Amino acid sequence: MEIDRNHTNNNDNILIVNNLKKYYPISRFTLGKGRAFVKAVDDVSFTIKRGTTMGLVGESGCGKTTVGRTILRLHEVTAGQVLFDGKDLAQISPRNLRKLRPQMQMIFQDPYSSLSPRLPVGEIIGEAVREHNIVPKAQYRSYILKVMNDCGLPPQYFYRYPHEFSGGQRQRVSIARAVALNPKFIICDEPVSALDVSIQAQIINLMMDLQDQFGYTYLFISHDLSVVEHISDTIGVMYLGSMMEIGDKRRVFDNPLHPYSKALLSAVPVSDPDIKTNRIILTGDIPSPVNPPSGCKFRTRCASCMSICSQKVPELKEIEDGHIVACHLYGQE
Amino acid sequence: MGIRELFKRKKIEGVDDTQYLTLREENRISRENNKIIREFEKNKTRKNVPEAEYLTTMRDTSNVVEFEDLHTYFFTDVGTVKAVNGVSFDIPQGKIVGVVGESGCGKSVTSLSLMKLVQAPQGQIVGGSIRYQAKDGKCYEVTKVPQNEMNKIRGKDIAMIFQEPMTSLNPVFKIGEQMDEVILLHEKGSTAESARARTKELMNQVGIAMVDKIYNSYPHELSGGMRQRVMIAMALLCNPRLIVADEPTTALDVTIQAQILELLRNVKDKINGSIMLITHDLGVIAETVDYVVVMYAGRIIEKGTVREIFHNPKHPYTIGLMMSKPSNKIQGNRLFSIKGQVPNPINMPDHCYFYNRCDKCIDICSKDYPEMIQFSSTHFASCHLYNESSLRDEENIDEENAKE
Repeated sequence: MEIDRNHTNNNDNILIVNNLKKYYPISRFTLGKGRAFVKAVDDVSFTIKRGTTMGLVGESGCGKTTVGRTILRLHEVTAGQVLFDGKDLAQISPRNLRKLRPQMQMIFQDPYSSLSPRLPVGEIIGEAVREHNIVPKAQYRSYILKVMNDCGLPPQYFYRYPHEFSGGQRQRVSIARAVALNPKFIICDEPVSALDVSIQAQIINLMMDLQDQFGYTYLFISHDLSVVEHISDTIGVMYLGSMMEIGDKRRVFDNPLHPYSKALLSAVPVSDPDIKTNRIILTGDIPSPVNPPSGCKFRTRCASCMSICSQKVPELKEIEDGHIVACHLYGQE
Repeated sequence: MGIRELFKRKKIEGVDDTQYLTLREENRISRENNKIIREFEKNKTRKNVPEAEYLTTMRDTSNVVEFEDLHTYFFTDVGTVKAVNGVSFDIPQGKIVGVVGESGCGKSVTSLSLMKLVQAPQGQIVGGSIRYQAKDGKCYEVTKVPQNEMNKIRGKDIAMIFQEPMTSLNPVFKIGEQMDEVILLHEKGSTAESARARTKELMNQVGIAMVDKIYNSYPHELSGGMRQRVMIAMALLCNPRLIVADEPTTALDVTIQAQILELLRNVKDKINGSIMLITHDLGVIAETVDYVVVMYAGRIIEKGTVREIFHNPKHPYTIGLMMSKPSNKIQGNRLFSIKGQVPNPINMPDHCYFYNRCDKCIDICSKDYPEMIQFSSTHFASCHLYNESSLRDEENIDEENAKE
């Protein structure tokens, strides 16, 4: 059963996303108007290095989950390019896509609805392994048991059903299901937000242990900034379908440049009653993604809004090494 | 031993088979439960109860609510779940008290007991007392107050904000109608016009823009933050003395959460009331509350002022909770994690409930449940580590640590 589960050999970019767009039509037929679209993801570009973790943060409804799903082509891509190991997932044929599937997996948010209640744990983890012929038939069961062991699941769980487990254990099963296929790239869509704090720490540690052991690349989607800060190497901040800021973790967290990132980071509650943070409280709600504001999408809630913000869409500019921001405040002479 | 044999065995080591019940056992439990429940339900529906029976006196008149040794049990077919098992704490006038704990630790059931909204008939308050002091100085024993009397207090003097605002607003009525109803029910002599004026005034107060438009909207048309504002406005309609906020920001984003917490703090000063804030987010607790109550598996394991709990936590569980939060200060490669899981709520052991997960436990931990030990006038924790009799052991441990 010696299959290579270590992917850290070469250090290039595993995923390059170029101008990814995902629009959902909302009205099929409106006289006099064009079709209206929800611009869930509007022109998002980023790259992920092999063996690292990218955190994607933003408020609910900003399109971070849609980015994850569109990359895996669980939703069809409207426009743009998703280069996974040099192959464009947006254009690839279904037959070839299926061959690539084991290499990219997903861990879902809610461990209560993402596991089939009718299948025992061994089958949940092993179904896709058998389907994709990851290991020879003779080694099937010992392989699943090894994966379960890696994820901290005792072997007697093999024949048990998901309803017998707590949230933390279920999330371990979801992780085992993803890593059993020996993937290179795993999208984690809020994997710990449904769990309690003490269980959260166990799951995060497990994910980091697995990454050290097998060199997985994670795209970690979450709205919990403290978790993202802990697990990620790079951070992308999204707002209303657009990327506002990308950079190394320390650069973004220590020195956020975009006004939205500043507000978002200052809103995180600090676990110390004596520290009074200089909180920037944003007024109002996220605008509707059907009619986003012209120019910079954040201008309606921005404290340092200028006249140019409503006219021109700010482009992502590299302000300092490895720190890219889309804001008119920077890079103007 | 082959793999197949490993799974064919009926009894597997490490698997808890005590949960398994035969049908006959289940029926027996169910019959016993029915007997107990019937007694409780009979007491609840009595009419014309004399006031003397449910009026009492507060231990300290500066408190709004006093919980004393509260027990709320759920009589299920697989056994009795002691959801709240001997909880005592006070909510002082004009303060915010935070209740923290993992899911299933009984923090919500504590608040529902106060409102007398525990899921009946299987859920019953079986012992202890909850004293509530009304505006006019009358002191009610909530556990004995009959239903019709409770209806007058609930929603008027004690208001509740629920976690998920979508499920707690009625989807088929307009926001305005739902809010007016509260006033029309609770305030005598109010008319449709006065109710509407009051509703709109409150909506303004909680920072809802375009009051007239929202007044005529349905809940699904509003965003999560807006719905939570409506819930807060609705809770404030009758100038309550106590607001019970059950995870008011858990379903919201951090930026909206900051807005709502700010609003709650302002609102408390405006009405000069108290807030009981239930949450599992330690950050929210640190920022908002004055007193903290930490619950674990139906019991209070530590309580104190927010500074005492955050700067000088005593119970290993509280310490673990603080450390397992990924924060700026502790920069290691791995997070501290409390091993294991919350014990099964049925058939809880006699010893400390945290025994199996604690890394500091000593011999006595497996024998008795630890009593509350006082550290200062406000700070209590229930742990054998600080007990007089086990103090010597602790000193030994300290010496060992010092040597290392």
